[in-house]
Amino acid sequence: MSTETQTSRKNGAPAALRRSWFRRNGAAGTRTRDDEFTSQHHVYEPHVTGLPPLRSYVSEVWRRREFALELSRTRLRAQHFDTTFGQLWLILNPLLLAGVYFVLVDIIRPNSRGWAFFAHLMAGLFAYYFVSNAMREGVKVVVKSSGLILNTAFPRALLPVSSVITAFVRFLPTLVVYLPFHVIAGLPFTLHMLWIIPIVALLTVLSTGLAMFVAAAQVYFRDLSSFLPYVLRVWLYVSPVLYYAKQVPERYKWLLDINPLAPLLTAWSDVLNFGRAPAPRDIALGAAWAFALFVGGALFYISRERDFAVRL
Amino acid sequence: MPSGSDDLSIRVEDVSVTYRTSVEKAPTLRNTMLRLGRRERVVREIEALRGVSFEVRHGTVLGVLGANGAGKSTLVRTVAGILPPTEGRVEVLGRVSTLLALGVGFNRDLTGRENVVLGGLAAGLTREQMEAKYDEIVDFAELEDFMEMPMRTYSSGMYGRLAFSVAVNMDPDILLIDEALSVGDARFRRKSFEKMKELCGQARTIVLVSHAMGSISELCDQAIWMHKGEMRVRGEPDKVIEAYTQFLDVKNDALTKEDI
Repeated sequence: MSTETQTSRKNGAPAALRRSWFRRNGAAGTRTRDDEFTSQHHVYEPHVTGLPPLRSYVSEVWRRREFALELSRTRLRAQHFDTTFGQLWLILNPLLLAGVYFVLVDIIRPNSRGWAFFAHLMAGLFAYYFVSNAMREGVKVVVKSSGLILNTAFPRALLPVSSVITAFVRFLPTLVVYLPFHVIAGLPFTLHMLWIIPIVALLTVLSTGLAMFVAAAQVYFRDLSSFLPYVLRVWLYVSPVLYYAKQVPERYKWLLDINPLAPLLTAWSDVLNFGRAPAPRDIALGAAWAFALFVGGALFYISRERDFAVRL
Repeated sequence: MPSGSDDLSIRVEDVSVTYRTSVEKAPTLRNTMLRLGRRERVVREIEALRGVSFEVRHGTVLGVLGANGAGKSTLVRTVAGILPPTEGRVEVLGRVSTLLALGVGFNRDLTGRENVVLGGLAAGLTREQMEAKYDEIVDFAELEDFMEMPMRTYSSGMYGRLAFSVAVNMDPDILLIDEALSVGDARFRRKSFEKMKELCGQARTIVLVSHAMGSISELCDQAIWMHKGEMRVRGEPDKVIEAYTQFLDVKNDALTKEDI
């Protein structure tokens, strides 16, 4: 390392900062704990409420966003998404998935189901798998990053955020896969389709909350990751993906009402498949669910994250 | 502390750390439910630190001595901000780099390069800063040929070399080293010791946990002796070592001085 940085550290801003800072805080305990993760001074105290000061927490998450991106990139590289066959698989896999479910639905309830239904099934599956992939990645992320957690102080929320980024990067190409089937089914292209942007945004918010929840829960219950796939499977079946929301018989309507994903997936199908405006109720309910799950998941995660280092 | 002491780096004020940990084989939901039926409790409370207070001035090299389980590692992790204090307050001024026992910070499935870059980014460095340091780190660790390989293929010596190299090349204001000085072969050990001496000579604050009393007496300006979560003695390294070895009832001969 160079001597310049050395002298600047010795005599430059940090020293002045140090002086004024310690003087200012001479009376210990009178100041707020805003400095937990900032790079120059750190104050560690018990969190009275169990939560760190959220404003500085969030700004520090933002400042280190590059870490979440890099972690996600590393994970994608490990899944060979940087090779030709890896990318081919990225397209082939959702196609096969849609094909399998189409055959399944066709066997269970044989009647004339055309390309339009296939397009609905496809779009719904891809959106659903965005959420489910975020949770599948999220459930592993804290335990897998135990080394970093034990060695470095950083806002742990970056870990599940990176899982959501991974899921999002895998979700985007599936929209392109969908496009030709939209055309084949002769479905319309309208301006209402722009609604997919806020819907994807809400799905991202919802996924982040859920990813944070399962990531923290996995630290306490290590078998969560082994039964999460079953939960996700059942959740898919009760979501309006393998059928249209309006086909659900009256006695099962409550399943849609308690399903956080149902309003967003219903709106998704309206917008993307049929090119019509979503029902305001679906958007409002979907947004409410998304933000409720986000706040719940994030608060749970952040209030538990200091515990991770002793539980790993 | 008297007010007006300008150059404090670390201030630990009456810090206690108590944590609850599970003594279960594996914390699973299944076990939890089975256990609820039997009304067992498997959470144990551990008092790792009890009312520890001290200050470290800027540029000091502080050695930490103590038996296994005395709370040395907990102390280092609390200062690093990894473990929260249950009571009290820790203030740290400056950028911290941590080197905990043998390569704990690495993910074995990732390559050396990925681990180094991720570690730096998590610690708050920018990508540019990380790229600038990367070659230096690899050079020092002498692992040019291995950086693109998963770390599970590394030998434990290589692990330790990379960990040491990352920690010392992060250009930290405060370096926390937990029993990770003796890594690699004899040659690398000498090299890392030289590097440590160089770092100690610069205006850095270093906290050094070590069982090698020789290193502590050679490198440190001050030492503390931890015993069962409390700070027993603080002062000149040689005095603290003497008190510690007397306590251990071990003759303070050259052999024990070098390594226990």
